[in-house]
Amino acid sequence: MKRLVDVRGLEVVRAGRTVLSLPRLTIAQGEVLALMGPNGAGKSTLLLAIAGLLPPTRGEIWFAGERLTRRNALALRRRMALVLQEPQLLSTTVWNNVALGLRFRRLPRPEIRQRTETWLERLGIAHLAQRRAGQLSGGEAQRVSLARAFALEPDLLLLDEPFSALDTETRADLIADLRHLLAASGATALLVTHYEEEARQLATRTLRLVDGKPAD
Amino acid sequence: MAFVWRGLLQAIELLWQGDAEVLGITLLSLKVSGLATSLSLLIGLPLGTLLALGRFRGRSFLLSLANTGMALPPVVVGLGVSILLWRSGPLGSLRLIYTPAAIVIAQVIIAVPVVTSLTAAALQQLDPRLRLQLLGLGASQIQVVFTLWLEARLPLLAALMAGFGSVISEVGASMMVGGNIRGQTRVLTTAIVLETGKGQFDRAIALSILLLTLTFLVNLGLTLIQQRRPPL
Repeated sequence: MKRLVDVRGLEVVRAGRTVLSLPRLTIAQGEVLALMGPNGAGKSTLLLAIAGLLPPTRGEIWFAGERLTRRNALALRRRMALVLQEPQLLSTTVWNNVALGLRFRRLPRPEIRQRTETWLERLGIAHLAQRRAGQLSGGEAQRVSLARAFALEPDLLLLDEPFSALDTETRADLIADLRHLLAASGATALLVTHYEEEARQLATRTLRLVDGKPAD
Repeated sequence: MAFVWRGLLQAIELLWQGDAEVLGITLLSLKVSGLATSLSLLIGLPLGTLLALGRFRGRSFLLSLANTGMALPPVVVGLGVSILLWRSGPLGSLRLIYTPAAIVIAQVIIAVPVVTSLTAAALQQLDPRLRLQLLGLGASQIQVVFTLWLEARLPLLAALMAGFGSVISEVGASMMVGGNIRGQTRVLTTAIVLETGKGQFDRAIALSILLLTLTFLVNLGLTLIQQRRPPL
């Protein structure tokens, strides 16, 4: 399978401490890789480094055959989409939140409209389109966050503990929907999670990190 | 107290008649303070953003400097600008002392710390992970800044109102660098001081009513913009 992400000799040092040291990691196209490990294991650090949001101290990150540098970071970032634990919605309507990343890419208006409508529909939140973000429940807000990311039709979806702040029932619903969406879109994804169950249901492969290093 | 009542009635009469001099003073006040506020926004908004979002050595020091600057006494600013613009001063050749431009310069110096400091506070109260999220959705640095401004629009407009309030109400700097010259640099606050000193309470009260009305109208306009739903 074609390689989408290739991490080589990656090291992240913070305040004199090596928080991540990864000799090699590849993510193939269509793969859903779960990153697991205890708090402070370096999971989110790795995700942010691949997202081009945290410059590594040493090593290289290759994305779709291009080495990630400061110069091409924006162009490569626009081929990815990030979903955080807290949805981080803007204080505007659900519609505007889902369209946000498409507007950043200056896509034509009809395309923005079409993609926003499609992903509101697929995440089951079309009826909330004109609702203000502040009026949503935790589960609804996370659905908006997922729709906002999927609407970008990214080459790589970066999910940083997207369900951790939700109750068990809402989480189960969202995981089922996400599994379906990932399968249907054939998206490549990197999922940071604490939950074995979540990794088992969503991921095609799991990487465990302990103290910034692969456990296996 | 009878003279206050009499002064109030005379003030209404003066306003009703549309006294040319009073009108001229009002327009100059609006022009000078409006321009000074706009310039302080142009300087203070990016500066406050840099102080809120930037990570560089001396940031906390500059932030505390801006915070201190909010309490900058207008007379001290007036003194500093006077020394700079005085005929024998470093910028004396520009011949700006006792002109409306000199008042604008002094008022910009008064308002910039206010706008800068409140802009920084407005942006720092946003969740720092929002910035990360916007970048993770493909925003450029400029798009991040504009989105954060939009998200913090309520406190940012409050910063603008505070900036305008600080300059429309100051008298010390305008008096010192403008000279309160009739028909040239006389603004509402300096005129109120002058008329009160002469015992002309009717004109002083009329000018005060105008000053309060003007301030109210500008703040009403800004509040209406502030409370409007965002365009995004």
